[in-house]
Amino acid sequence: MAKYCELFYSFFKIGGFTIGGGYAMVPLMEHEFVDRRGWMSGDEFLEYLSLAQSMPGVLAVNMATVVGYRMRGIAGALVSILGNVVLPISVIVGLAIFFRSFRDNSVVNSIFLGIRPAVVALIAAPVFSLAKRQHLTWHTLWMPILAAVLIWLLGISPILVILAAALLGFAYGRLFKRPKTDNKDQ
Amino acid sequence: MIYFRIFWVFLKIGLFTFGGGYAMVSLIENEVVERQQWLTAEEFTDILAVSQMTPGPIGINTATYVGYTATAQAGYGTWASVGGAVLASFAVILLPVTLMLLVVRFLMRHRGNRDVESVFAALRITAIGLIAAAALSLFNVESFGNFGWNSRFVASCAIFAVVFLLSLVPRKGLGKGKLRLPKLSPIVLILASGLAGFLIYGL
Repeated sequence: MAKYCELFYSFFKIGGFTIGGGYAMVPLMEHEFVDRRGWMSGDEFLEYLSLAQSMPGVLAVNMATVVGYRMRGIAGALVSILGNVVLPISVIVGLAIFFRSFRDNSVVNSIFLGIRPAVVALIAAPVFSLAKRQHLTWHTLWMPILAAVLIWLLGISPILVILAAALLGFAYGRLFKRPKTDNKDQ
Repeated sequence: MIYFRIFWVFLKIGLFTFGGGYAMVSLIENEVVERQQWLTAEEFTDILAVSQMTPGPIGINTATYVGYTATAQAGYGTWASVGGAVLASFAVILLPVTLMLLVVRFLMRHRGNRDVESVFAALRITAIGLIAAAALSLFNVESFGNFGWNSRFVASCAIFAVVFLLSLVPRKGLGKGKLRLPKLSPIVLILASGLAGFLIYGL
């Protein structure tokens, strides 16, 4: 029981008090699980992180799933997820109720006229920092550019673009990469 | 029934989001603004601002807020809309969490697998394009005003440029000593832009 409380409390803290989304939570999670609680080694943490990043969905919730599962099975995963999202959901619901009754207020309106271009900038900036982190080269740069043009200019569904990219990645791996001989499933 | 549509739309969004909350923005925009027309482009941008300013994962925050607004917009009351908000968040994590639990053992064993690795490598790169598409689709009249030499458009471009450059400051800051420029959090940048908006348009 104590372990469930610890899981809930850890994820409650990380989810409820981090602004800036899942990537901002990563250093906090590492500090909490590796340094403070000693639940796993740094290498194990990175392995879970790359797993959570590779899977679809919300990064923080995926991390809660894998860490909670590792500690206490499926119940541990569910407790961790609940801890991670309960405060953010409550805050947003509260704000949504409050904000709908103030939408036509002229002061609120003028504030949001200033905020809107800032939001666009906050979404545009990670494009460049992520491109750097993923080590994009001239061989791979065309993929995100083509994806952006297909979705933005031609109005193609992002879902189709993702499926096509998965297929392309599969074909590329088959054609150009050598299979690893030490694979366990061979 | 609005609940069924919210559930279905966010189920899809959750399954096809690779690369975190920002990549989810372009999927949500495509579904919620263009196809379902639950929200206008203006409302959607305002919701993004609130989602970035409040704690929690961006994807969860956006789903919760859109779920609430879509239900309220369809003419339901406050408590029914709270139900829509919780439902949207539940739907957006349902399939990824299930998938995660199913593969957490399997994928660990197959992490070196060539096919699995190359598919995920391609998806991580493509996610950058999805985020770019989200940013590009927000360069619109609702966010910036009409293009030209009018005060709204010039002010919007100035705010955009300042926030964009400040967001690119690395995590450990720039420069040294008294001239050091720290990494500013999104909440500080959004609050400052809100203050600028009030000073420019509200007085």
